[in-house]
Amino acid sequence: MGATKRKVAPKEFCLAIKEDQARFRDIIRGRIKENFKKYVTHGEMVDKRENDFVKIPVPSIDIPRFKYGSKQRGGVGQGQGQPGDAMDGQPSEQGAGEAGNNEGQHQIEAEISMEELADILGEELELPRIEPKGKPRQDAEKNKYTGIAPVGPQGLRHFKHSYKQALKRYISSGTYTPDTPVIVPIKADMRYRSFKTKNVPQANAVVIYMMDVSGSMGEEQKEIVRLESFWINTWLKKHYKGLETRFIIHDATAKEVDEKTFFSTSESGGTLISSAYKLCQQMIETEYPTNDWNIYPFHFSDGDNWSGEDTRLCMKLLTEFFLPNVNMFGYGQVESKYGSGQFLKDLEREFPSDDRLVMSKIESRDKILDSIKDFLGKGK
Amino acid sequence: MANLTPELEKARQKILKIAESYGLDCFETVFELITYDQINQFAAYGGFPVRYPHWRFGMEYEQLSKSYEYGLSKIYEMVINTDPCYAYLMEGNRMVDQKLVMAHVFGHCDFFKNNQWFSPTNRKMMDQMANHATRIRRYMDRYGVDEVENFIDKVLSLENLIDRHAPYRKKSSEKASSGVKAAELALLNVNRDYMDEYINPPDFVRHQKEKAAIEAQKMAKFPHEPQRDVLEFLMHNAPLKNWQQDVVSIIRDEAYYFAPQGMTKIMNEGWASYWHAKMMTQNIMNDSEVIDFCDAHSGTMAMQPGGFNPYKVGIELFREIEDRWDKGRFGKEWNECDDIHAKQHWDKKTGAGRDKIFEVRRNYNDVTFLDEYLTEDFCVRNKMFVYKFNKRTNRFEIDTRDFPLVKKQLLFQLTNFGQPIIQVENANFENRGELLLTHLYEGVEMQPDYTKETLKNLQALWTRPVNLATVIEGEGKLIRFDGQDFKEFSLSPQEPSSQASGAD
Repeated sequence: MGATKRKVAPKEFCLAIKEDQARFRDIIRGRIKENFKKYVTHGEMVDKRENDFVKIPVPSIDIPRFKYGSKQRGGVGQGQGQPGDAMDGQPSEQGAGEAGNNEGQHQIEAEISMEELADILGEELELPRIEPKGKPRQDAEKNKYTGIAPVGPQGLRHFKHSYKQALKRYISSGTYTPDTPVIVPIKADMRYRSFKTKNVPQANAVVIYMMDVSGSMGEEQKEIVRLESFWINTWLKKHYKGLETRFIIHDATAKEVDEKTFFSTSESGGTLISSAYKLCQQMIETEYPTNDWNIYPFHFSDGDNWSGEDTRLCMKLLTEFFLPNVNMFGYGQVESKYGSGQFLKDLEREFPSDDRLVMSKIESRDKILDSIKDFLGKGK
Repeated sequence: MANLTPELEKARQKILKIAESYGLDCFETVFELITYDQINQFAAYGGFPVRYPHWRFGMEYEQLSKSYEYGLSKIYEMVINTDPCYAYLMEGNRMVDQKLVMAHVFGHCDFFKNNQWFSPTNRKMMDQMANHATRIRRYMDRYGVDEVENFIDKVLSLENLIDRHAPYRKKSSEKASSGVKAAELALLNVNRDYMDEYINPPDFVRHQKEKAAIEAQKMAKFPHEPQRDVLEFLMHNAPLKNWQQDVVSIIRDEAYYFAPQGMTKIMNEGWASYWHAKMMTQNIMNDSEVIDFCDAHSGTMAMQPGGFNPYKVGIELFREIEDRWDKGRFGKEWNECDDIHAKQHWDKKTGAGRDKIFEVRRNYNDVTFLDEYLTEDFCVRNKMFVYKFNKRTNRFEIDTRDFPLVKKQLLFQLTNFGQPIIQVENANFENRGELLLTHLYEGVEMQPDYTKETLKNLQALWTRPVNLATVIEGEGKLIRFDGQDFKEFSLSPQEPSSQASGAD
């Protein structure tokens, strides 16, 4: 029946599946938005972060059916073992009879890109876009594999080009036989991918997180900081592709640490906030020339400081160095049983209306979302 | 023909000739060479190039694409049960894989064409699916994408509630009318009054009256007989708009189309694997391809630890049947023989194996196939076992390797696709226009959260409250959903269905 002879995959067909896929992604997005607050206040998403993706457990995206409970049902398997032994691995949901119908688990883990997540965050909190400071843009060098070269490492060999070369050689030397089209490439046929360097304009940005790790900051407080920093990063990364992140912890002295240490260290000493500010200032002065960089220092503490004098020193640093040079300075005060919360009051008195200094009080996990909005709602 | 390269086209012709020489009888089979992305698209659509728009296809596609890109899985072959048969080869596969796929596909085609369970199948399903797509798109244009898609979601959740054996039965409408008329008593004709009490003695009259009363009660109930095809019942009796009715009929049609493939999964894959192995090893392969073939073949046949591979079970069973009928290991004499030694060396040189497997592929489905040909020997050789979930240790454990139990579990798993059997019992339950479904409980309970979600969807179609009689934690229960809340009522544990229906 000639009528059914089709050209494979006409254009509109390709579009159809993409439409279905887009509908599916919409649904996932909808589910995430519905439960956005829950996701923000729970760490599960932060824990499942891979480079550009996060995995989000989305409840019941599949179609419900009347079916047997899998734990009730049991089944038939094949393999070694005595009665009473545990099965190796989970029994496959797809039992013998359920041919072709993926039953699927009740929860699926949807993957969503950081970009998309940032969009959802932006939409939910109605965050304004960040305008990078009017500083000259730094050109970043980027290698793109667009060229072909006759030499290169084996890992980059280009099959199609090498094959073409070999085929040409066969045909021109008259040794090609269409019946047994065997082509054996020699060294001269080989072609490799090679890169060209391109300059990509990029706005540079750095986030410097400072946190008080003195005894009064408990596990819960740190978890709150961890979640906030994740969301702040997500949002900033959307606007600055090459976002750098630095971490400083302090009690009476400050030091730079990596991310893991940042969230897991507990010290028991006193608190000198100025130590962190000084280290931060030093970091900016040596590594991030303020003309080229968008700089975002964030400081989290429970509001305790050792002395009024140190607080005055902090104010001085803020007025003289930080505020003129950074895009925004964020101070988040995490409520704790032991903290006095004095520092926030001092800041509020000193800088009643400076929109470069953003202050936020985070009483509990539930307030994380509001606090993120405080920090990022200014469009800085 | 399709877009095959000259080499592939040559291979196709050769393999087709070989297949025919073995007696395989296929529809014309059109192979197409497509990219991995296209194959994922087709697979997401259940093999068809055009389906109606729905997000679940997109989900399937995304999952397939991801798992291919991560190198976790790859679709080797795909074939659609239509006439002509369409089959897809993936661009960039090794030549030996392509040959293997072609041989495998001819096995499937032969099965599609000749297995009796496929006889009512619409072989022009490709066109039918495209029509469905057009109709649903039209409804979406007219009533809105969300509205139609939401409705499709609801119907899909009831998609498995069809009567898989209905296509193989004669229509039952005549049967109903030929039944006893409710009001009339079937008494014998009497010409003379005085003979009456001899011809129709009081006992007989009473008996007939009772029968009539039961019959009348039955007729008063709607549907008169419990109906397994819940979708059909809803299509005719739920307060649906015309387009909704059409959507239900579309989804039902497609469910019926795919049903026989589910009913013959083990046989179909076994049959195709049997033939690709036979043809590849005896006729097709050249020396340089042996290792790649073995790699691919054993990959398909591999058993997951604890899993159950229909390819493996299918091919082994067909081989065993062939061997048994070749050696005459069947019939009374074989069954009654107790001598292990004699049984081991039993060979009557009957040589009927090949004919037998062709007969089996024509007449059986998975349930009857395993019921008849699964032997204890086979179970032991293939290390089959029953697993159960152990609540105490919170894990799946091997329960037993006892043959009758393995077989029982396997057949249970295959009957009705391993899904609970549910039927419409009463559409005027409690005389309040409520719908009553019963779950024919066979020792396994349903998953509660899924059950509730499905009831919600059912209620959305029926609009009046819906009830399901089932068993929860060992106790007969009636679950009722009225559009707002769920309520549970206890039923007597022995017979939930009759209790529920008798209550009105």
